[in-house]
Amino acid sequence: MGEESHEHGINRRSFVTGVIGVLGGIISAIVGLPAIGYLISPALKRESADEWVPLGWVDDIPEGEPTLFSFTRTKQVGWERTAFSYGVYVVRKADGELDVFSNVCTHVGCRVSWDEDIAEYVCPCHDGHFARDGAIISGPVPRPLDQYEYRVEEDGRLMIHLQEG
Amino acid sequence: MIERVRNWLDARLGLGTIYATVLDRKVPKVNWSFTLGSATLFLVVMQGVTGIFLTAYYVPHPDQAYDSINYIMNEVAFGWLIRGIHHWGATLMIVTVVLHMLRTFFYAAYKYPRELTWVTGVLLLLITLGMGFTGYLLPWNQRSYWATTVGTNITETVPFVGDFVNRALRGGEELSTLTLSRFFSAHIWMLPAALIGILGIHLYLVVRLGISHVPEKDE
Repeated sequence: MGEESHEHGINRRSFVTGVIGVLGGIISAIVGLPAIGYLISPALKRESADEWVPLGWVDDIPEGEPTLFSFTRTKQVGWERTAFSYGVYVVRKADGELDVFSNVCTHVGCRVSWDEDIAEYVCPCHDGHFARDGAIISGPVPRPLDQYEYRVEEDGRLMIHLQEG
Repeated sequence: MIERVRNWLDARLGLGTIYATVLDRKVPKVNWSFTLGSATLFLVVMQGVTGIFLTAYYVPHPDQAYDSINYIMNEVAFGWLIRGIHHWGATLMIVTVVLHMLRTFFYAAYKYPRELTWVTGVLLLLITLGMGFTGYLLPWNQRSYWATTVGTNITETVPFVGDFVNRALRGGEELSTLTLSRFFSAHIWMLPAALIGILGIHLYLVVRLGISHVPEKDE
């Protein structure tokens, strides 16, 4: 059985092999292609933020000394509402203008903190150092600390512009 | 070129021998009921693949299990398809496993030298039922909660050890986060591990002994 060839040039064995191959391919595609979409699906959803966040009273910020403000924003992620925390260093300069730094290190996203003793921002992950004005001092950091756009309301409230996505 | 690659691999891996032994076996003239084992094997693989994908989103915690499945069904691309295949595949697998067993029984294919194929098959049947039982709780909806309440309570009827078995299954007095955790663990690790091992023996025996023929009238 099986090996005798027909006038069409295809025997039973190779026909069955071909059919199994085609059916297997179809079944794999039916499961495999949606599976790719299934896995990357959350990555395709972009969440954007564009809002002004009140930080505090501008008069409370001491001159020349980086002051940490933190706030949280809640987002719907998957099936849960999750709170994300943000840290912002505000420095009031001698001319009355402000520097508003994100505390996210520009290297790979750890959080920097102000070290009083050496008067530098230090990132604990890979020892990145930033100056009071956000400039690079040392370490693997690619660019100075990121700054937020800010405005001061008439009543003295400091607002920063949170933009994401 | 393909031929040369194949020859190179074959000389080292012996793929040709494996193919000839596993797939080019001599089989007696049989009917469609002899495909039930292969159908079950196909379903096992599908359950494994879709089950692995489901764990990408499912969370086995009373606060989140139901919500995570809701998310799979309504938010994730093709989540309904992956879970649907897993859900209906489970039901279909019980059907094919039982039919496979009935075919083996009525054709007396469990006799010498295939007794161990039958014994491992019975173990596989129990594992399959265990997979169904543990998987049923995981959505943590009203139906699964009460089905598992009833299912675990039934063990209380076993003389002497019934109460202990019930507590061991539930991980305590009541259905709780411990029950959900251990059912999840059993469903994705313990039972599948046992299933793969025993299925390996089962299939080895099928390849080694070949399949039995359909009995004649005078047998």
